[in-house]
Amino acid sequence: MTAATVMSGLLAVEVPYWASAIIKVGVIALVVPTAALVLGYVFLLKMMSFMQSRLGPMEAGPYGTLQLLADGLKFIQKEDIFPAKADRTVFALAPLVVLVSTFLIYVVIPTGPDAVVAQLDVGIFYALAVSSLSVVGILMAGWASANKYALMGGLRAAGQLIAYELPLVLAVMGVVIQAGTLDLQKIVTAQAEGEIFGWGGIGNPFILTQFVGFFIFLVAVQAETTQPPFDMPVAESEIVGGYQVEYTGFRFLFFFMGEFGTAFAFAALAAVLFLGGWALPWGDLTHWGFNIAGPVIMLVKVLAVAALIFWFRFTYPRLREDQLQRLAWKFLIPLSLVNIVVTGIFKVVL
Amino acid sequence: MTSVSADQRQQLAYVATQAADARLNVEIETEGMTLNIGPQHPATHGTLRLVARLDGEQVVEAEPIMGYMHRGYEKLAEVRTYPQVTTLINRIDWLGSFANEVPFILAAEKLMEVEAPPRAQWIRTVLFELSRIANITLFLGDMAVQLGALTPVFMAFRDREFVLNQIEAATGGRFHPNFDRIGGLKDDLPQGWIDDTKQTMEKMRDFCDEFEELVLGNEIFQARSRGIGIVPAEVGLAYGLSGANIRASGVDWDLRRDGHEALAYDQVDWKVWTHPDGDSFARYWVRLQETREATHIVDQLLDGLPSGPIMAKVPRIIKVPAGEAYAATENPLGEMGYYVVSKGDLVPFRVKIRSASFSNISITPWLLKGVYVPDIITILASLYFILGDIDR
Repeated sequence: MTAATVMSGLLAVEVPYWASAIIKVGVIALVVPTAALVLGYVFLLKMMSFMQSRLGPMEAGPYGTLQLLADGLKFIQKEDIFPAKADRTVFALAPLVVLVSTFLIYVVIPTGPDAVVAQLDVGIFYALAVSSLSVVGILMAGWASANKYALMGGLRAAGQLIAYELPLVLAVMGVVIQAGTLDLQKIVTAQAEGEIFGWGGIGNPFILTQFVGFFIFLVAVQAETTQPPFDMPVAESEIVGGYQVEYTGFRFLFFFMGEFGTAFAFAALAAVLFLGGWALPWGDLTHWGFNIAGPVIMLVKVLAVAALIFWFRFTYPRLREDQLQRLAWKFLIPLSLVNIVVTGIFKVVL
Repeated sequence: MTSVSADQRQQLAYVATQAADARLNVEIETEGMTLNIGPQHPATHGTLRLVARLDGEQVVEAEPIMGYMHRGYEKLAEVRTYPQVTTLINRIDWLGSFANEVPFILAAEKLMEVEAPPRAQWIRTVLFELSRIANITLFLGDMAVQLGALTPVFMAFRDREFVLNQIEAATGGRFHPNFDRIGGLKDDLPQGWIDDTKQTMEKMRDFCDEFEELVLGNEIFQARSRGIGIVPAEVGLAYGLSGANIRASGVDWDLRRDGHEALAYDQVDWKVWTHPDGDSFARYWVRLQETREATHIVDQLLDGLPSGPIMAKVPRIIKVPAGEAYAATENPLGEMGYYVVSKGDLVPFRVKIRSASFSNISITPWLLKGVYVPDIITILASLYFILGDIDR
């Protein structure tokens, strides 16, 4: 079951393979910038402004909704500057690598029984693997900029992303053990059809049992997307933007889209893993209507998780690099290991 | 023993130092990198340049380089009449401008042997404390933003506005009041100002309470600032630190209480806050307490404001008799003093400005040895300098 069957089901025509491939690519290519725009507007511009007792943009479009489009247009108009000593090829490629890693995560995120680009048996494994590709892009950017601040930012990012890859994976392990599968689609079904001590009223969203995992996942996501309190790679007041410092115009825009697109993707993963994904605990999960309702349900859950992520972002100061490593290795990883052991015991006992 | 002539000895010594230098250079070059922080860097809020030699993320040595904003106020003051000088020195510490005028006027008054009437002295003290609040409020937000928390600085700007409004209502200038005159003040307070100011002080106490929880109570803020940039009292004194920086090292010294200037501080009941730790956290803590204390000082002064004239009898054209005088006050950033030399002209013969930030920043090479790059920012933010106050 793929998106192709959805389209054929809805339009009552058989969609050839090449057409469905184009549709899928088109959908993803639309979703990522839209996601970045939505998060950027709702949280970065508006929620942050309200928290800081200001209005945020109000002029471009109703309530400033078009502000980010205007900003995007502005970025595209800017000169594409290469620093004199930069490694031009690597410098030009780095933002693309970051963006590609963001695009690749979206491929496996399910938004309905059939509304998924590619249903992989190892979906969550794949998502976490491609998400860590972005560190390559960031390192490339840091190195190729031929700038000391950029280099420090790149190295900080490398250390940080590798340290937080572990708690991220280990936090997900609890869910995987409980659901018994790596397939994101089946994880959704397992939650919708689950029961809490024999009562299936609200299914069994894994946040109830895996709250420790959810917490670790959110902290690790915060670090993976280099947001405060873990924004040392870009720390404006220290290394003035880190690896982004030499980037201008649309390449900078790519980094911006990558950052917010990844935040959206991780929020979507959290929604799938812990909040029940696109499904509601009532009704027939294979009903085609979920292909329409699913994305909406997902969006609500994603925005809820993203609100949490951005709430932290606007509230907390920044940790220091060594404190960040200490938090990862001495607290999050042992905690997630304990979580796995406890989950395993319950899985065997119950 | 072979005998070596003086020339040869000199030559050998030269070769030896060259070799030693070369060895040292090679060692340093292979080990670290030199990072130029500034003069355009968000953390230096102005144009301070910091040349830091790094080993990874650790600072081997750091040297502040100042002078990018030197405006030559000491020289400019020599060609301006005494009342004109206050317009210049407003711009030294631009966040607490009124406080800059006071010590200069006090020094001039000493030379002229006039004293402002009590009401003028009290209002002077009120405005002095208001500019302290306006100044330090911004520090309270700024240090948080240097540590990566975006929100507090907006709250600080928002609430600072109330104080600036009061300063504007009384003096007509938000940033550069130019209100202090030799022998008194330009004007009396406007009607209703006292009640408004008391309400504002209420708001500022709420602001202090909020920041005590929001920033000081934050675990990450504590982790970033506790034990960072510790200044032992004797080192701080040796480097000439003043103000909250030295009080945070446990030195109980405040010119408002210990100075001998004609201000109304001895008329009110207040406390000098100190902290034993001497780290960045202590400096933030002391400043926060001082802001709250300043609101109490203002309240008490407004309650007991004496009536009477606002100006002493001074000639319309001010000619200061020959002589020398020094006056220093406890400004928001620390001790600020003016040494005024007069030859009996319309203009001062020489003005030496002792500004607090210049001395406060001089401790950075000592303080920054061995810290990590993020701690540079913490320490610079907690020492709290204003570029105009360093370069003048």
